[in-house]
Amino acid sequence: MSSVPAAPGLWPGAGRLSQRAFSGNPGSRQGPGMDWEDDERPRPGRRAGPPGERRTDSPDGRVPGRGAAVMSLIDSRRAVAGLLEGARAGTAISFARHLQIHGPLLLPGDAGFEPRRILGDLAASGLTGRGGAAFPSARKIAALQGAAAHVTLVVNAMEGEPASIKDQVLCTSTPHLVLDGAAVAAGLTGADRIVVAVAGDRPGQAQALLGALAQRPARVPWEVLALPGRYVSGEESALARAVGGHEALPRFRPDKSLPLRSARRRRVLVHNAETLAHLALVARHGAEWFRSHGTTDAPGTTLVTVSGAVARPGVFEVDYGIRLIELLTRAGAEPRVQAALLGGYGGAWLAGRDFGVACTPVDLRRVGATLGPGIVVALAEDACGLAETARIARFMAGESAGQCGPCVFGLPAIAADLDQLAAGRGGHGALQRLQGHLDIVEGRGACRHPDGVVRLVRSALEVFAEHLALHAAGRPCPHGTRPSLFGPPPLAIRR
Amino acid sequence: MRRTLLQLRVDPIACDGFGYCAELLPERIGRDEWGFPLLAPGVLPPGLLDAARRCVVSCPRNAIVLVPADEPLSGPTTRAR
Ligand SMILES: Cc1cc2nc3c(=O)[nH]c(=O)nc-3n(C[C@H](O)[C@H](O)[C@H](O)COP(=O)(O)O)c2cc1C
Ligand code: SF4
Ligand code: SF4
Repeated sequence: MSSVPAAPGLWPGAGRLSQRAFSGNPGSRQGPGMDWEDDERPRPGRRAGPPGERRTDSPDGRVPGRGAAVMSLIDSRRAVAGLLEGARAGTAISFARHLQIHGPLLLPGDAGFEPRRILGDLAASGLTGRGGAAFPSARKIAALQGAAAHVTLVVNAMEGEPASIKDQVLCTSTPHLVLDGAAVAAGLTGADRIVVAVAGDRPGQAQALLGALAQRPARVPWEVLALPGRYVSGEESALARAVGGHEALPRFRPDKSLPLRSARRRRVLVHNAETLAHLALVARHGAEWFRSHGTTDAPGTTLVTVSGAVARPGVFEVDYGIRLIELLTRAGAEPRVQAALLGGYGGAWLAGRDFGVACTPVDLRRVGATLGPGIVVALAEDACGLAETARIARFMAGESAGQCGPCVFGLPAIAADLDQLAAGRGGHGALQRLQGHLDIVEGRGACRHPDGVVRLVRSALEVFAEHLALHAAGRPCPHGTRPSLFGPPPLAIRR
Repeated sequence: MRRTLLQLRVDPIACDGFGYCAELLPERIGRDEWGFPLLAPGVLPPGLLDAARRCVVSCPRNAIVLVPADEPLSGPTTRAR
């Protein structure tokens, strides 16, 4: 880490970065700088394309119907750059170029910064958190206004989900958008400390952020805090503990409606990096523009990492509410994808027959799934969903923070039951044992880590039910013993 | 005045799984196969309130708490089977 530019005067965290223990297995995760791949193809009919590509809904190329209103709506969405505009994976956009792409932004401390207007826009925009829980951002921020405590803002760029790369891509290619959003959120909440939390085994990401911080005015002290690259380090109570100077381990919170704190008189607001990038655009362009994408219930665009059995894996910026099948098609999914993992290792499997679902939290919940932090992994026809689930469960058992009995003992037990089933051993006894373990583990950890595993495994038992019956009858498929078909997604931006 | 309904919660980080609580309040607390307490769902019957209080103060790790039952059930809840 000696190559990280140290500028202790500007960011106390620059010094701290090198002090932190970097744990985790570097070989198991992918750092920026490897396998960059970019798609320069313009997105058809999307933002800021060449004028000739103007999207209209009528065949003769004219905007139909309600005249000026439709025209101005279409124009407003076309004139504005999206999150990944001008971004190239692996190269950070400079501050000057960033301002060219997205336009100027008044920051807290500037004359004319309007916290009330921005908060109003944020509430009207309907922006929800992109870190997995999809909670309205305006409510989190409003809850901190006028709080009689100091506030630390944490930018959650941990991206512990192995099948997600969107926060790494954002931070390394367009870091100023994330930092703009963080500065604005700090202004809205009166935060006097901003901590960008990154995984210590991805030094390229910390470097890109530190490099970007050096280019921009800083009125609130910033830190880049490198934490152990574990799955649970990105859980919000773990981050609250980490910024309080303790190990990044989740905390028991019997009442999660109570505010997060790092110390008695210091509250903590945790936002995902992508959420803040959206906030930076809402602050610039307003709620109406934001709502010109997506659906009424799920407005805006969202980043999705697509990987697995697809020809073009990587990060896509899509309108919220896109049909899953359309997203898979854009990613060049193989014709016979049997199922997809949605929401990542703590998400759920979705059967191919449900691929017509619109990707909004409400529609996905109806089919038992979630987009989580924006993850889709396509499972090839000839893969074994059970074996893949067993591997994921084993991985997740290893990622436990080791604090709670039901998680420490329960997750390995679940993984072992699944291993037996995948190998065609254990029969129906193993299946019953597994179901018992799922019931017993659910809801009994201090954090939701085990619940994610329970949801994933339950979905596997449903989606792969027919296949499971063969395994349980002692007739496993030959695929169970093959190496995993999941690879880490390449750090690629797709358009 | 309305009496607040209470329920038990276990702090799984503090709990050591030795299971004194299950001995003190078998009506509401069982144990999983590793020894960790499994709480019966729902609010505590008023008749068990005193026993539950004794159980709470006897936990060597201070891992059991009585909390108002009308709070959101977003945190760890347990169900006995
Ligand atoms: C086990 C676990 C791991 C998590 N890891 C991450 C993570 O790596 N990055 C992230 O943004 N959110 C993660 N979250 C979600 C955070 O707790 C939190 O909800 C989120 O950062 C809030 O930001 P948002 O409102 O902008 O989505 C995790 C949650 C759990 C339960
Ligand atoms: S539930 Fe698991 S991951 Fe969460 S705090 Fe407890 S031991 Fe750690
Ligand atoms: S008495 Fe306390 S520490 Fe012991 S098992 Fe019960 S809750 Fe856990």
